[in-house]
Amino acid sequence: MKLLVCISKAPDTTSRISFTDGDKRFDESDVQFIVNPYDEWYALVRAVELVEAHGGSVTTIIVGDSTCDPIVRKALAIGATDAVRIDASPTDSSQVARLISNYALDKSYDIIFTGKETIDHNSSAVPAMIAECMDLPYVAFATSIEVEGQVSTLHCESGGGTNNVSVTGAFVLSASKGMAEQRIPNMRGIMSARTKPLAVVAPSEVTPTTEVSKFTLPPAKGDCVMVDADNAADLVRLLREEAKII
Amino acid sequence: MSVLVYIQTLEGKATKAGLEVASFANKMNAGDVTALVAGSLSGDGELGSVGVSKVLHFSESATDNSQLSKLTHAAANSVNASTILFSGNIEGSSVAPRVAIAMNSGYVAGVTCLPEGKGFTRNVYSGKATALVNVNSEVCVISITPNSFGIKLDECESAVESFSAEIGSQRVVINGFTPTSTDGSVPLPEAERVVSAGRGLKGPENWGIVEDLASALGATTACSRPVGDMGWRPHHEHVGQTGVTIRPDLYIACGISGAIQHLAGVNQSKVIVVINTDPEAPFFKAADYGIVGDVFDVLPKITEAIKEL
Ligand SMILES: Cc1cc2nc3c(=O)[nH]c(=O)nc-3n(C[C@H](O)[C@H](O)[C@H](O)COP(=O)(O)OP(=O)(O)OC[C@H]3O[C@@H](n4cnc5c(N)ncnc54)[C@H](O)[C@@H]3O)c2cc1C
Ligand SMILES: Nc1ncnc2c1ncn2[C@@H]1O[C@H](COP(=O)(O)O)[C@@H](O)[C@H]1O
Repeated sequence: MKLLVCISKAPDTTSRISFTDGDKRFDESDVQFIVNPYDEWYALVRAVELVEAHGGSVTTIIVGDSTCDPIVRKALAIGATDAVRIDASPTDSSQVARLISNYALDKSYDIIFTGKETIDHNSSAVPAMIAECMDLPYVAFATSIEVEGQVSTLHCESGGGTNNVSVTGAFVLSASKGMAEQRIPNMRGIMSARTKPLAVVAPSEVTPTTEVSKFTLPPAKGDCVMVDADNAADLVRLLREEAKII
Repeated sequence: MSVLVYIQTLEGKATKAGLEVASFANKMNAGDVTALVAGSLSGDGELGSVGVSKVLHFSESATDNSQLSKLTHAAANSVNASTILFSGNIEGSSVAPRVAIAMNSGYVAGVTCLPEGKGFTRNVYSGKATALVNVNSEVCVISITPNSFGIKLDECESAVESFSAEIGSQRVVINGFTPTSTDGSVPLPEAERVVSAGRGLKGPENWGIVEDLASALGATTACSRPVGDMGWRPHHEHVGQTGVTIRPDLYIACGISGAIQHLAGVNQSKVIVVINTDPEAPFFKAADYGIVGDVFDVLPKITEAIKEL
């Protein structure tokens, strides 16, 4: 089986968020980057498990500049077979999706894996967009996948519950929690990742359809009102009379 | 100019999320509001109550997001929509991006307030910042963060028309559905009140006091990640960066330290209450109301006080 896993670079959650360039761009200085957790823990690990069980290959793909390379090596250390980096600095999700689709269109991947969202943009947009560009079915927020020949059976989150679905042939999925357990790369993985192929390809011609004109940090939170533990009922009064929330 | 809203229904009536996007569309003042309903519909699905002047009803079955995308595209063309709105729940966010690609239009996900022209405000960096996003295309496709705008009643006369379009075949077969909440509580992403607990509860056998408080408040229960990982609570209750993101009116955190990854999923709550034995717990910095105390002692007292309201 031939699998493609879309990975993205995300700031570690503990990073301080700040902006530059007239608040138009995220300030990357002093920021520790990680593989977007949904892409790594759930999508990539499950793809690697499937190939371990059924044979085949896992290719990771990322749209980004050379600062993404350490992230890509991490994915290779976890067990991807090879990697592709589309050398661009995308500014919106449709651009990412079109670049990935243009690359993948003639390569007949069986399944295209993504994470359910990036933790910086939180859009959940790229996977559905790839599916539309390539005219493929899309299973959103999958929490498990098993593959038997041409048929994949999945569980996926859906309003207020879990759907059990099946798809025949190629499709796109976004991975949510439950899909797999996080893997820590071992020494052999890390060593072999250094020599695995990482192809850098030039981007096709794609124009973004949106642009961020300004980032804003939220106003500082006011002080926390402390309520005495012996007087816990007072909390209920405050919630009703002051916060007017109950 | 007109606005098309994609509406999910339940037993013939617009869902809460549906009424919220319709309200948003109405308050945008960007022309007539048309609702598209695929699925059960009785009367106008109560959409007239939030300012929807026309309801397009597609009565055949459409389940794949590719089918729903084709349907929305056709409906948008038929009413010449300049804005297409979805709820940012799982279904909305799997259909909306497809529509944007199909119509070659800009998509902004997770919008939280009314736009200024084609400038839409959304949350980014797990709620640690907002971004103003400009759409460069003629048509804008937008999803609204559930529970961010609310339902705004504005009664009008609503005309229902049946609508039909070529939507292609179903390729994702649904074999079954298992509801997560068997007690009938509101699913977490839509919940207005949430009572959440962490490792401070010591073990799954102690969750009674959490459930009692939740039921007194009509709230949904949630938990921190370790609690989900240890199997004390079901996985779907886990909130935070790697779990569900919520935005309730009231979030009560019991015995949760307030790690940054936890806050990422809950810091957009309107009012946060923290109960923790440790006055130095980081969660207090993100809280509106705090009690330094033992959950085993404090929770039953709060529950009692609520029952007395
Ligand atoms: C990449 C990454 C992603 C993560 N994603 C998430 C996520 O999505 N969601 C999430 O929740 N975590 C996430 N985590 C884990 C997170 O960092 C914390 O470890 C976790 O949130 C801690 O859970 P907790 O507060 O329940 O437990 P603890 O940190 O152990 O805190 C327990 C708290 O209970 C208090 N306490 C103890 N006894 C009592 C009592 N009797 N009464 C009142 N208070 C009491 C203690 O003072 C303490 O503050 C993630 C971590 C990483 C590295
Ligand atoms: N720059 C990128 N390169 C490759 N894949 C990406 C990129 N951005 C997003 N993705 C994939 O799309 C998923 C959803 O991203 P988003 O739509 O930004 O929330 C992520 O979890 C990744 O799998």
